[in-house]
Amino acid sequence: MSVKDKVIAIIAEQAVLEPSDVTMDSTLESLGIDSLGLVESIFAIEEEFDISVPFNANDPSESDFDISTVASIVAGIEKLMAEQKDTV
Amino acid sequence: MKRVVITGAGTVNALGHNVADTLEAMREGRCGIGPLEFQDVDRLAIRIGGQVRGFEAEGLYNRQQMSLYDRFTQFTLAAAKEAIAQSGLIFSGTLSAKSGVVLGTAGGGVSTWDANYRSVYEEGKNRVHPFVVPKLMNNAAASHVSMEYNLKGPSFTVSTACASSNHAMAQAFQMVRSGMAPAMVTGGSESMLCFGGVKAWEGLRVMSRDACRPFSANRNGMVQGEGAGIFVFEEMEHARKRGAEILCEVAGFAMSSDASDIVMPSKNGAARAMAGALADAQVNAGEVGYINAHGTGTAANDKTECAAVADVFGQHADKLMISSTKSMHGHLIGGTGAVELLACIMALRDGVIAPTIGYEEPDPECALDVVPNEARDASVDVVLSNAFAFGGMNAVLALRKFA
Repeated sequence: MSVKDKVIAIIAEQAVLEPSDVTMDSTLESLGIDSLGLVESIFAIEEEFDISVPFNANDPSESDFDISTVASIVAGIEKLMAEQKDTV
Repeated sequence: MKRVVITGAGTVNALGHNVADTLEAMREGRCGIGPLEFQDVDRLAIRIGGQVRGFEAEGLYNRQQMSLYDRFTQFTLAAAKEAIAQSGLIFSGTLSAKSGVVLGTAGGGVSTWDANYRSVYEEGKNRVHPFVVPKLMNNAAASHVSMEYNLKGPSFTVSTACASSNHAMAQAFQMVRSGMAPAMVTGGSESMLCFGGVKAWEGLRVMSRDACRPFSANRNGMVQGEGAGIFVFEEMEHARKRGAEILCEVAGFAMSSDASDIVMPSKNGAARAMAGALADAQVNAGEVGYINAHGTGTAANDKTECAAVADVFGQHADKLMISSTKSMHGHLIGGTGAVELLACIMALRDGVIAPTIGYEEPDPECALDVVPNEARDASVDVVLSNAFAFGGMNAVLALRKFA
């Protein structure tokens, strides 16, 4: 599975939707994912890709990880995977 | 002061997943204690307990709920569902705004602590699930009950080791009696039957390796249990007006503190709590027909409790019945008083006294009628439920037949 497909699977499970209902321009809000669901999604992403996501639930907009759409999340993960590959 | 009645009861414990099954097991003197089953049980010296079996939480709660519900919360919600359904209450408007939930637990989400410590210490993981804290906190069960049933009044969790549930129910009773709340959901739960939870108890060396035999001369310690007992305490006129079925009346309570030793019980502290409950309920010692004992099956508790009963009741101590149902469901620690209250309801409402099973040899230091091994039919009007905790904190409830 590609990064995109894995992210969609994680988000779909959290939103209790079929992966086909989640598109790249979906926002977490439009999928009905609340703040607890967001934190749980970040945890699932860290576990799946073995990365550390710089996300602070106190102020998500200040975090260096763009969660505005599924596409931005996928791009953020790919960037983190490239950055953190060498450190592991 | 208002009068307080019980209009709903629910439970999950080693004897049954509801009140009817639990009371049937108590009537039959069935033992719910058996070999423990969980990871690393082979590293324990103590391998028996009153474990809840066949409780399929996955079918009851969805994935999101399961990620937030420790086993002690799962038990609580199942028992609360039964109790609130029986009461027939629907919490809305003023009833919702004024009614709350006060529950007891000693350890809260022990198995969540255990599983996550295992993950970070033993497995070396550096990341835990984000809901570890809301899952393990001691008030999680009470909070989820409040959310599920729209209880917006006074709500909190009480933690006084083995007396947690009795202290919680005493609080709920006071709130309804004073007119502060028309109804309260109350009781308690515990789920410590995991490697760390049993290992900790093992350290004290007060646990039996074979059976819980309260009051028996050959008793050799306590046996842990798990589960929940939940009740609806309701103001009597409120219950009458809506034609609710009343299980019994909560007549009074008392609390005392030994202020002496962190683990050894005190005859004086126990006696003061029992005498206090009688005074609060305005009943004479001679009216008490049954006491649900704390009766842990340890050498120290049982002889101290019997001596305290003799002090409070004098000659009447030889006429009343006293039994410990821990012999059947084990010691539910912070949830124990709640499950044991079911035996009190059965005594008052059904005229059946639950036995002390596993009783083999009379002990001159426990020379009371402990209802050995077989349940007994008897009409009783007033009963007490004892809880004497580590830390010397005691809470005794007095209940009366509702006629």
